[in-house]
Amino acid sequence: MIEFFLGHYAYWFVLILLAIGLYGMIIKHNLVKKVIGLSIFQVAIILFFIASSTKWKATVPVLANHHEKIQAAAYINPLPHTLMLTAIVVGVATSGVAFALLILTYRRYKTLNETELLKRMSEEDAE
Amino acid sequence: MKEAENNPIVSLIASIVSPFIMLFGLYVIFHGHYSPGGGFQGGTLLAASIILIRLAHSSHTGQLQFPSKLGTPLGSLGVFIYYGTGLAALWWGGQFLNYAFLPLAEEISLRRSWGILLVEIGVGLAVMAILVSIFDDLLEEENHD
Amino acid sequence: MLSNSPALPPLIYLLTGIFIPLAAWKWKKLSFWLALGATSVATLFSLFNLSQALSQGSISYRFGGWIPPIGIEYVLDPLSGFVTSVINFIALVVIIYAYRSVAQEIEEFRWTPFYALVMLFLSGANGIIMTGDFFNLYVFLEIASLSLYGLIAIGDKKSPVAAFRYLIMGTVAGGFYLLGVGFTYLVTGSLNMGDVHHILFNLSPSPPLIVAMTLMLIGLGIKMAVFPLHGWLPDAYTHAPSSVSAIMAPIGTKIGAYAIARIFFFIFGVKLITQVIPAAQVLSWLSAIGIVYGSIMAMAQNEIKRMLAYSSIAQVGYIGLGLGLVSPYGFIGALLHILNHGLMKACLFLVAGNLRHQLGHSRIDRLDDSIRRLMPWSSASFTLAALAMIGVPPTVGFFSKWYLALGTIETKNWLFLAVILISSLLNAVYFFRVIERMYFRRQKIAKAAKNNFVAQKMGKREVSLSLLLPTLILALALVVFGFLNTWIIKTILMKALPAGL
Repeated sequence: MIEFFLGHYAYWFVLILLAIGLYGMIIKHNLVKKVIGLSIFQVAIILFFIASSTKWKATVPVLANHHEKIQAAAYINPLPHTLMLTAIVVGVATSGVAFALLILTYRRYKTLNETELLKRMSEEDAE
Repeated sequence: MKEAENNPIVSLIASIVSPFIMLFGLYVIFHGHYSPGGGFQGGTLLAASIILIRLAHSSHTGQLQFPSKLGTPLGSLGVFIYYGTGLAALWWGGQFLNYAFLPLAEEISLRRSWGILLVEIGVGLAVMAILVSIFDDLLEEENHD
Repeated sequence: MLSNSPALPPLIYLLTGIFIPLAAWKWKKLSFWLALGATSVATLFSLFNLSQALSQGSISYRFGGWIPPIGIEYVLDPLSGFVTSVINFIALVVIIYAYRSVAQEIEEFRWTPFYALVMLFLSGANGIIMTGDFFNLYVFLEIASLSLYGLIAIGDKKSPVAAFRYLIMGTVAGGFYLLGVGFTYLVTGSLNMGDVHHILFNLSPSPPLIVAMTLMLIGLGIKMAVFPLHGWLPDAYTHAPSSVSAIMAPIGTKIGAYAIARIFFFIFGVKLITQVIPAAQVLSWLSAIGIVYGSIMAMAQNEIKRMLAYSSIAQVGYIGLGLGLVSPYGFIGALLHILNHGLMKACLFLVAGNLRHQLGHSRIDRLDDSIRRLMPWSSASFTLAALAMIGVPPTVGFFSKWYLALGTIETKNWLFLAVILISSLLNAVYFFRVIERMYFRRQKIAKAAKNNFVAQKMGKREVSLSLLLPTLILALALVVFGFLNTWIIKTILMKALPAGL
């Protein structure tokens, strides 16, 4: 039982962060907090990949010198790390686009609160 | 940025530290394949050095260091360097982004090393320009809408 | 150079996308000509790719010269060649339309970013279809999605909110897909699609694999807008500019449908998706509910673009139903519907754009008889496309529904057959609402005088040729491809079936 929780603690953190991110995107009314929830969601996925790349008693995949023979079992798997570099860049770009959209929304409707925004949008329809 | 009174300590420290951050960013780009680093990481550090000056000084000083209108062209130029390396590999007979065909060195592994370095420089330039332009757009006054 | 042709469509679009901000710095109109040139060249290359794939079988292109599974490879087989040709052809027609439509609807300083984003979107769409690597699909999916969020936000006053809603749901979709890829990598140790296919032969289904398939289905289902995950679609289609709706509707949801077809049929295999987890059954049931839901909601709409958006949910339900049936006729029907729905929806959105161009609105309750006299060609195209959506032979819509119906008969799903027939009737109801107003509703006398005065003042009756020609090309294509459908099925689609069907 302890093994189930403590042995895989990294994956439990992934689960908690996924839940926090989804909670933020759904429940919070402020649009900026929804974007923060989205960022937390993406970070959880990055943590999942990196946690899955570790090995028992293995070290960072940086070569000290070039001349020894490389034993693959002594280094952690570097492939998920490179995939996650791309995923981090995608997250940055998504946040950039999200903030640009929020600025446009604020300029047009002067509010970033979701309930207030929907009210102003439906008032505009009624005219 | 609003033209508020700028704290002289913050402005002075920022002016001193910013070139060192830029140098470290360049170091991270160039040592991407020997130690943790690479194009995106170095580009972010370069952008941080430029944004530090924009935060600590007035907007006029920020524009002196890196004008806002350079953002998109430099970004396109950075992606062009990346794409150009790939196209050059196509031109000299290989597949797209096959660095072994670029006439940069004699040994194949050295050619791949130089090819990756070119690509990382392109990525670093593009990331720096785009992150600074995102920051500038977030602060732009309402003049279009 | 021609041996590199499998990779060329996404690369050409990418090159133009990054070149347009530099080249069109001073001359804004140059961005249109660059976009048009790139789309034509890419269409030619994708047709060439299709002919290569049909004659030589499946071709693989290795980026960087690294052999798979170490490197990224692009796979060119009849399925990917067919879908890229369809997408690029429709994009070419819509970009010709966009010249004047963008000039009217969008401010001048936004023209260059518009064309650059369209090029990036098409690069992402082509990349998704051509790629043979799981993570590369995620990268191109995000490229296409981010460009699309930007394109939608260039529309009317409410468009940033619609784009923001799409952004939240679309990024969650990409996140779920990426988690699915992570689980697949943990189980099989490879990211290459063909390699995973071979490794899965020797593995028995395990919980990580089941979780991977579920997550990928949910993620790609949000992109494809299957029934409960469609919430982003109506607002996004309505508030986007006319040309963006016309590019987004035929292409945006189809790339999700293609990704589901490729991953679930070609890589996981028919046995995994029907017996281990009932993924295909769930997809077919949700699509059937989506068909009925979309048709009923479309009847209640008051504005043409919103009605077409709900109709798109129903039509994507047809593709999902065809995929979920897991039968040869169903698969062929789904692929044929990708082509047909693309043509029909693009034509309908272009007509809605024409209405907006001339009248300033596209609301149904303000249409009347004068449309038939003011804009005869647009009305005729709308009628032809509506008949195609309902499924009247010899237009294309009839044939894709025919093959879907044959698929439901083959697998003895009588309920789905009833759903297809009833939804055709519902399609008839909401399209005839518009056609009745356009052709039969007499104008009030006072309004007639005012409308004629306005028309004379505007100086033109029908929209100009560069707006009209794409509409007519697509309307004509509906009938031409209807006659050609047996040829298409025999030469292209029969070779695109996955193993096991």
